[in-house]
This record gives sequence, structure tokens and C-alpha cells, in this order.
Amino acid sequence: MADDNIPRRTFLVGAGAAGSAAVTGVTASPVVAAADSAPAPVATAQPDAWLTLNPTEAAFVMAVVDTLIPADELTPSGSACGVATFIDRQLAGAYGSGARLYRDGPFLKGKPEHGYQLALTPRDYFRAGIAATNDWVRKRHGKDFDRLGEAEREAALKEMEQGKAEFPGFSSKEFFEALLTITMEGFFSDPIYGGNRDMASWKMVGYPGLPASYRDDVKTYFNKKYDKPPQSIADFV
Amino acid sequence: MTTKLPEVDVVVVGVGWTGSILARELTKAGLRVVGLERGPRRTPGEDFTVPSIRDDLKYAVRQELFQDTQMETMSLRHARSETALPVRRLGAFLPGTGLGGAGAHWNGVTWRLLPTDHKLRTHLSERYGAQAIPDDMTITDYPVSYDELEPYYDRFEKLCGVSGKAGNLRGKIIDGGNVFEGPRQAEYPNPPLEQSVAGATFETAVKSLGYHPFPAPSSNASRVYTNPEGLTMGACIYCGHCERFGCESNAKASPGVSILPALLSDDKFELRCNAYVKDLVHDKTARKVKSVRYVDTRSGEDYEQPASLVILGAYVFTNNLLLLYSGIGEPYDPVTGKGSVGKNYCYQVGAAGVTVFFEDKEVNPFMASGAHGIMIDDFNGDNFDHGGLGFFGGAWIQAGPTNGRPILSRPVPAGTPRWGRDWKRATAKWYNHAFNIGGSCCNYAHRENYLDLDPTYRDALGRPLIRMTYNFKENDYRVAEYVTAVLGRIGRAMNPTLINTPAYRRGNFSAIPYQSTHNTGGTILGTDPKESVVNRYLQAWDADNLFIVGASVFPQNQSYNPTGTVGALAYWAADAITKQYMKSPGPLVHA
Repeated sequence: MADDNIPRRTFLVGAGAAGSAAVTGVTASPVVAAADSAPAPVATAQPDAWLTLNPTEAAFVMAVVDTLIPADELTPSGSACGVATFIDRQLAGAYGSGARLYRDGPFLKGKPEHGYQLALTPRDYFRAGIAATNDWVRKRHGKDFDRLGEAEREAALKEMEQGKAEFPGFSSKEFFEALLTITMEGFFSDPIYGGNRDMASWKMVGYPGLPASYRDDVKTYFNKKYDKPPQSIADFV
Repeated sequence: MTTKLPEVDVVVVGVGWTGSILARELTKAGLRVVGLERGPRRTPGEDFTVPSIRDDLKYAVRQELFQDTQMETMSLRHARSETALPVRRLGAFLPGTGLGGAGAHWNGVTWRLLPTDHKLRTHLSERYGAQAIPDDMTITDYPVSYDELEPYYDRFEKLCGVSGKAGNLRGKIIDGGNVFEGPRQAEYPNPPLEQSVAGATFETAVKSLGYHPFPAPSSNASRVYTNPEGLTMGACIYCGHCERFGCESNAKASPGVSILPALLSDDKFELRCNAYVKDLVHDKTARKVKSVRYVDTRSGEDYEQPASLVILGAYVFTNNLLLLYSGIGEPYDPVTGKGSVGKNYCYQVGAAGVTVFFEDKEVNPFMASGAHGIMIDDFNGDNFDHGGLGFFGGAWIQAGPTNGRPILSRPVPAGTPRWGRDWKRATAKWYNHAFNIGGSCCNYAHRENYLDLDPTYRDALGRPLIRMTYNFKENDYRVAEYVTAVLGRIGRAMNPTLINTPAYRRGNFSAIPYQSTHNTGGTILGTDPKESVVNRYLQAWDADNLFIVGASVFPQNQSYNPTGTVGALAYWAADAITKQYMKSPGPLVHA
């Protein structure tokens, strides 16, 4: 396949920008070309080096978060907001290693109401899920997920979400849920974790983050739009 | 090798709400008390400070303050015929660990039971006939009446500085309070919290329907308050980081704010954190617990702590486990109905929540406390006629966001995609213009719902996990369907721009979505040693010097959040110990 010859790292730039109004360089200073109403430019959203994701996985994650959170007049794309960075850091850290996950066997197939029943840590679960998704996508399109066009990526994720994508021996629906959950965690959590850069999601919805006190505001802003800019944990340090 | 320590007067297992209250009352009575807490030592001034405590990911999502399932979890099966699987990641409920227990990260909703809840079986039998109660519904009366417990409810409310408005002051019904509550001797210690848009909207709607709204009874102080321990709470700042978080303004009552500073300054109390209790040494002949065995998780060393009196004040699951590990009491057998340890395990049943959307209202859900908003009790307990309804019980119903933290709370109209451009637009449009109306229904005990030891899965100490054999039953589904319909009626009465009224779906109990940390039962109160684990003073039938304190003694679960009743029962048991047991150690009730 011809496009497999494109070095993955270079391709990341394109993946992050596909179908979006905002273009953010991987290592260069931020470049944002967007409508006048676009949010403020964000600083470089991707790290120089990923902590745990390999290049194929990093490209996959960027393409997923940009599909789930496309750039528009409300915010830059998921990856430009740092959501891929967030996911990399989460999977590299305690959560990814299985913190607060009971991992004694035997590992039996439960009902859906039992929740996660696999032996895999989140890090290894995502490794397996990304590989399974790319295998499935390659069979249909001859290329990895991150090299699909936006419409194809959306269609693929929808099939996974609805459980129609058949991954041999692996639940595409559950993996989609894991992707959606960690993407939303990254988009909406405090920017100290690498996602939600410039508090883009908080500005989008009007969440003020963590002002010190609403003791007076709760009366002053009764049924009134709260108009103070958001603050992150970093703003208090 | 186990190091045997010198005997002390009292060992308290678990230093959360109940352990702190018992330890405080018993040291005040002159006893030397050791508190064993399995988790770390946390102090509000060090661990719950701005800005770090407002980390939604760390506390609300990654579960920083909760029981670590790598140490200990529970297994779940829906019926005896199934194999239980471990709950590998907490979801439905979030037990605490560490100093203060779940009392550090609760929301602060502080209820009393209805007088009729205290005599549930008798009341329902009298009103509807004994035959109306299904055979497999193993509900019982509390062997403590509302009137007997009232002074202790009052005491716990004063400890917590509860903000609210009385609806029944010494028999006088007061409009604007909960007119269904039992008579209270005093007004709440603090006035209600500030009104929210959601609460105000709900209040207007339920009044138009003829219901009786009142402000949430909240252990988030509406003003600076000094409690009877001489400890001062700050005024709530509506930061929207209550449940799952510690409170940085000391406005949410918790053991760490409301009692531990006094307890820890008393030389008669010794706190040992990282002390993971393994079992109790029980002398069956003498009907006494001789000692408590624990491992110091900092060193791996095993210790045996003898004591004259033992208080089991851990969470529901641990209270049950320690009896089962120690051979105290007879494990419940659902086939024969014999035995009592593990019996009447209950939870609560979530109705399908209604979400209302208003283009013209600014809800500001992020300005909130954990117990914020307006409630009604018209459809709770037996406050409405159940004749011909085919079920018993109900739910308190409430509107008023507890937070606007967007990782977990982003209401969008039904039919909105969950991602992509349309999802973004809907989320941006509605985030500040929507709120939920919810009700968590009672869960009346069922013969087939119980706790015992898992035959397969083990905890980090090598002991069996607790196994829940649990599912919702017909009564639960019917209550939830009924309450869901009421929620829809209230939602429509608000005339919202849009409304989500999901149908109630009858399904299995799921360990995944958060429902409530309101697990109860297994070491239940009663009048008959064959049918219960503790007597009316929370004293174990099988060990005179063992008192078991917490929601594990509830014979069934009401819709109400349990902490108010748990705190009242803790003071009630403490009074029984100091006024009766200490004078004459032995059984306080002769069966």
C-alpha cells in the first residue's frame, strides 16, 4: 500500500488536521487557521515523545480523538486539545498499569452487569483493542484506521459503537466504550493532565473550573449566566 | 508470628462516623480506646486543600478516596444458581477507606427514618393486612421506635450542623418543612442552604401538583457553626466538589471535621492507621470477643489486641466479613431461612431519572453542595396509600444538581449522538440549561438477597471476598416504575423546553453505573437471636462485649440516605454501653 510508505510521524500532522479547521503542528509552534469565532490558539498539544504509545498506536489515538471531538467553531480538535497526550499519560501511569483494578483469577466471562472481567491492564487492553481495530479496518479498506478519511473513520466508530464491527475474539463495542470514556475524561478533566488544553472544553460549555468560592455568586448569579473566565488547578499554584 | 499486645478497655474497628462516635463517647466515659483503621491517616487541613482537592479526574473518576479493590472487593451473582464474579472496579457504590471512612467523601444528605419505617412490618400489617406482605419479603420492625431514637437523631444532627427546615416540631406541622417527618424536639441547627434555580423550579412545579416541597436536610453548613464538641465548621461555599471529595472549607460534616479533632486530643484514645483487621477471636462458651487480630500494613507484622469491649464500626461489607471470618453468629441460609449473618442485605433502586431542559434558565449546576435543592416526601415510605398498588415503599424525590463537573455530568436531549459535531453543539447548548429530577427507591428485604463468603475469590490478605447474591425483585421494579411516572409528571409540570423521560427498564442490578453507596443489612437488628445478629442496643447476641454499629444493622433499606440513622444508632448504642453495659457487663436484652 502506497501510503504505508509515508513515515508515521509525519503523517500524524495530517491525521490531526484531517477534516478540521484547526491545524496544530506536532513539534512546531501552534498554527491555527480557523474562523474568526474560533477559540484561542492552543499551545503545542502533542509531546515530543510519547510515554507509552507506539507510533501506530499514537496515530490511532489521535485519529480517534479527532473523530470523536472534531474541530469546529467551538473547540480545536481532540488531539489539538491534548486528548491524545492525556490518553498516553493515563495509559503510561497508575491507571494504565491497573491501579484499583482487582486482578485475581479465575477470569470468567460474566454478564454485562459484572463489568470488566479481563486480566488485561488498561494499557494492554488498549494495545489489544487498537490492534484489533486496525486489523478490522485493514481488511475492509487496506489501510490503518488513522489513514481513513473523516467520513470513513466516523462510519467505522459508529459500527463499533453499535457492536456491528466484528473483531475476532474481541468486543468492538466494549473497546469503543473504553475509547469514548477515556477521550471524554481527557477532554473535560483539568488541563494539568495534558488534555483540555487552554480549558477548551470548559469554555465550550461554560464550566468555570474551580473558582475559590461561590458563596456570594450563588446569590448574585441566580439564574444568570456566570461570566467569569474559568480557572484550572494550575492557575492556583 | 503474632505479637500479643497488652489489653485495653475498648477496640474500635474502623474509624469513620460510627467508630469515631463510639470512641468519643467511650473515652468521655473514662475508657481507654484503641481505634484500628485499615486505611491511611488523612487530615482535612493537609489532604483536602485547594486547588488539589478539586481534581475531578483524581477523586471522582479514578476513585482516590475509596476502597482499593486490589486490597479487597466483593463478588456478585444475581441468583444462587449462578457463579459470582468479582467486582473488579468499583462502580455502583463507593465504600471508603482511611481515617474518616466514607464520611470524608459523602454528600451530606442527612435524614431521619419515618416513624412508620421504624415499625415497618407492624405498620403495613395493620394498614393493609399481614397477608398483603409477600412471603419472600423478609422485612421486620426496628426494635427501636422513632420516639426512642429521636433524641439521638437530634444529637447527630447537632454534631453535623445539619441545615434544613423542620416540618414537624413537637407535633406541630410546619409548612415548608417535611410535613411527613416524625416530631422533632428542635429545629435544625442551621437554616437551609441558598436556593438553586433547579430547586426553585422544582418547588413551583410540585406545589402546583399539590405536593409538599422542603429544602434538602444537608450536613453542609449554611453558616459558620460550632458543634457540641466545640468544633467549628465553615460555611458552605457551594464549590460543587462534595460527593467523592473531601471538603476544603470544613463546611461538610465529617469525622475529620466534626469529631476527630476532639477525639485525637484525648490521651485515652489511640489511633492506629494502616491496621487491617483480619478477624476477631471469639470465645463461644464465654460469649465474648477476646481480642482483635490485625496486620500493620506498613510492616507486615501481625498483632493481637485484647480488649474488654469491641466495637465493629466498619462499612457494611467488613462488618459482615469479620463475623463470618470469626465464626460469630450463624451464617444465613436462604434455603432453610435459618441463620442470620448476611441476611436481609439490601441496597436501593434507582428510578429512571428525568432530565428537563430550559432555554431561558441559567442553571449554573457547578454552584452547588452535595445536599442541595428541594425535595418531596409525598411518595416515600407509606406516606401515600398503597392499597391496590401491588407494592410497598417509595422514594424521596429531589431536584437540584450536586455539581456541574463535566467529566461525568453533561446532560443532552434524548437522541443526541454521544460524540462528534452534533454532540458538541448539543453539549455546549444545554450544559447550563438542564437538570435532573431523581429518586432513589427503597429496597425491602428479600429472602434470596444475602451476603456470604465467596468460595473462589480472595482478597490481598488471602481471605475470601464477600459475595453478594443480589438482584432487584418484583416489589423493587414496581416501586421504580411508579416513582419514574411521578418524576415524569413533575418534569412536565415545569413546562420545560425539552424533557427526557426514559422508560424504567426492568433489569438486573448492575455493578457498573453509580447508584448509591447505601448498602445495608447482614448484621441486622432484631428481637429474636435466631432472626437477627444484634439486639436493640446493637449488641451481638453471640458476644456480649461486641457491638456492631452501622447500616449493616438496618433490617431493610428505606429510600433515605442512611447516614442520619447510622449516626443516631451510634449515639443510641454508645448510651446503652455507658449507662447500662459498663455498670453491668452482660446481655442488655434477655431473649
